[in-house]
Amino acid sequence: MPSRFDENMSQAIAVEKVSKKFVLGALQRDTMLRERLISMLSAPFRRRSAAPNVLWALRDVSFGVDAGEVVGIIGRNGAGKSTLLKVLSKITYPTSGEVHVSGRIASLLEVGTGFHEELTGRENIYLNGSILGMKHGEVAAKLDSMVEFAGVAQFLDTPIKRYSTGMRLRLGFAVAAHLDPDVLIVDEVLAVGDAGFQRKCLNAMDGLRSGGRTVLFVSHNMAAVENLCSRCIWIDAGKVVMDGAPREVIEAYMNTFANARETMADLRSVQNRRGSGEIRYTAMEYLTPTGEPLRVVRSGDSLVVRFHYHAQKPIVYPSFGFRLYTEFGTLVTDTSTWHHGIDIPLVPPGDGYVDLHIEFLNLLPARYYFSLWITGAASPVHDNVEHCGQLDVGLANVYSSGRMLDNRSGIVFFPQRWKVDEQLMAAVGPKAEEK
Amino acid sequence: MNSEWFTDFWRYRELLYFLAWRDVKVRYKQAALGASWAVIQPLLTMVIFTLFFGRLARVPSDGIPYPLFSFCALVPWTYFSTTLSQAGNSLVSNSSLITKVYFPRALLPAATVLSGLVDFAMGSTFLALMMIYYRVKPGWSFFLVPFFLGGMILLAFSVSMILAAMNVRYRDVKYALPFLVQIWLFVTPIIYPIAFLTPKMKRFLAFNPMAGFLEGFRSSLFNTGHMDWSLVGTAVIITTILLVIGATYFRRTERSFADIV
Repeated sequence: MPSRFDENMSQAIAVEKVSKKFVLGALQRDTMLRERLISMLSAPFRRRSAAPNVLWALRDVSFGVDAGEVVGIIGRNGAGKSTLLKVLSKITYPTSGEVHVSGRIASLLEVGTGFHEELTGRENIYLNGSILGMKHGEVAAKLDSMVEFAGVAQFLDTPIKRYSTGMRLRLGFAVAAHLDPDVLIVDEVLAVGDAGFQRKCLNAMDGLRSGGRTVLFVSHNMAAVENLCSRCIWIDAGKVVMDGAPREVIEAYMNTFANARETMADLRSVQNRRGSGEIRYTAMEYLTPTGEPLRVVRSGDSLVVRFHYHAQKPIVYPSFGFRLYTEFGTLVTDTSTWHHGIDIPLVPPGDGYVDLHIEFLNLLPARYYFSLWITGAASPVHDNVEHCGQLDVGLANVYSSGRMLDNRSGIVFFPQRWKVDEQLMAAVGPKAEEK
Repeated sequence: MNSEWFTDFWRYRELLYFLAWRDVKVRYKQAALGASWAVIQPLLTMVIFTLFFGRLARVPSDGIPYPLFSFCALVPWTYFSTTLSQAGNSLVSNSSLITKVYFPRALLPAATVLSGLVDFAMGSTFLALMMIYYRVKPGWSFFLVPFFLGGMILLAFSVSMILAAMNVRYRDVKYALPFLVQIWLFVTPIIYPIAFLTPKMKRFLAFNPMAGFLEGFRSSLFNTGHMDWSLVGTAVIITTILLVIGATYFRRTERSFADIV
């Protein structure tokens, strides 16, 4: 055993130069014993043609995790996140490199691993607990608490083939939530289930964190990563791209997504529009307050929306306006320069732009559409383009709680504070399943 | 390294029990006739064998009534053959476990070997009833029975490890499995006593450890008086070799199970 591991006893996970290779072609070719035997008989000395299709799921990955750290792992699908978790869990083995995990490890790559349809809820709890590394006595002692957590008390002795998907999930998570590992490895379990279930998961994870456990989890829920994790590792193409404070890593990661997307919408070619056309919108773009192109818009951000126009002749007292709609067509707001008391005496012919400054975007994460309009002094419509600009508002840790807000929580949020009487907070209640 | 493999196996013994328990539960819950299958299968085979080999072909049976003679071997044989076919598929059919959680992979074939013993116990009970019916008393050599059973269980485990590991790698193993079991039945003295064979055939049969264990099982149960110790010795040696080969092959391939299963 390398001495490095011994030096740092507080290190819960040590990953050293881990690479994992998948050979794609060779496996498909050799899956039949019959063929393998024939090839051995017909050409026993020939080396089997080696031009396999190699995929490096992990390449030279090194990092260490201290005991008590909560590390989020982010990256695109197929980046190697799940392979990394599997290597750490000893499910699969690295082609080269070493992994060392100290203490009792539990990996939760799926909720309800090993559930069997024919077995009852109770039987499945024992089976699943045992698979996840719990002793029989431990499961027996925690059974009541698990059943309460899952809320399946009446169906405990019913085969789980009669369970709904939600009940199964809750049962699986109930067992997992009662694991008592030193190191917990979790893969995207938050992606399944409804909002209530996700909240439960997050609470349970938060409990582990405050219990001083080392947690490593993969998630696409950036708000959860940002709030729960003390550190974030971004993996792409099998390599560690960035490792550091969650906020910075997430921002860098999100930026790569937007790179592929235009930050500017060209409106010149839009045919479906009304109005005289004497002045028209030609483009709109999203900028940061300092004028940089803004690739990712998140709830609570400050941003500038720049509307470009082209006037064919001098326009007197125009009013630039827009309407913002939700994806489902609900009007969020309709506003304009005129509403703000800005009277523009004259717009000369040619190109120009007006900027809309938003200090604090209080839209909840969802997709929104802009409809733009320009009217003149005597209210003739110069231009009216429906649903021309798209605004994707990303998830953010809006209330700094890590608890999720999405389009099911409404359209907007306000800067706000709750005040709960201290006596209320201090009261000791029964062990609640949701803190 | 080597010892780690075994200590890990020991550490997870509770899971071994749970996996075996699951196999038993599920098997009896799904089958309409439940536990009675464990008896019906060897019983029907025995009836057919008695008709064709006992009555028509008049195969000798060491002075024991032919139905009892064949049933006595069919109970352990049924255990052995079902274990091979189920354990051979145990890794592939539990792929969702293998790709999601760590545990010593050898637990899966081992659990099948273990869970089959429940069926075996039921078959044995019926065998005891038959012995009472035919008024056949077990002799002094009865205490040797556990030894032969143990040998058979080890053999089943050894072969299961090889088959299960090969099945992950080569997908046509599952088609070859029933065929293998079928042939194995005929080269094992179940239908006929080993004394029925020519010395040359006997020597050839010695390479089949099941021959030694089953013949020994039957001889010690009925105390026929002609225990072939050289046959039994060969069976023990070959089983040991197969156990080493099986464990080595399994250990060498198990690291890639999750990647290819």
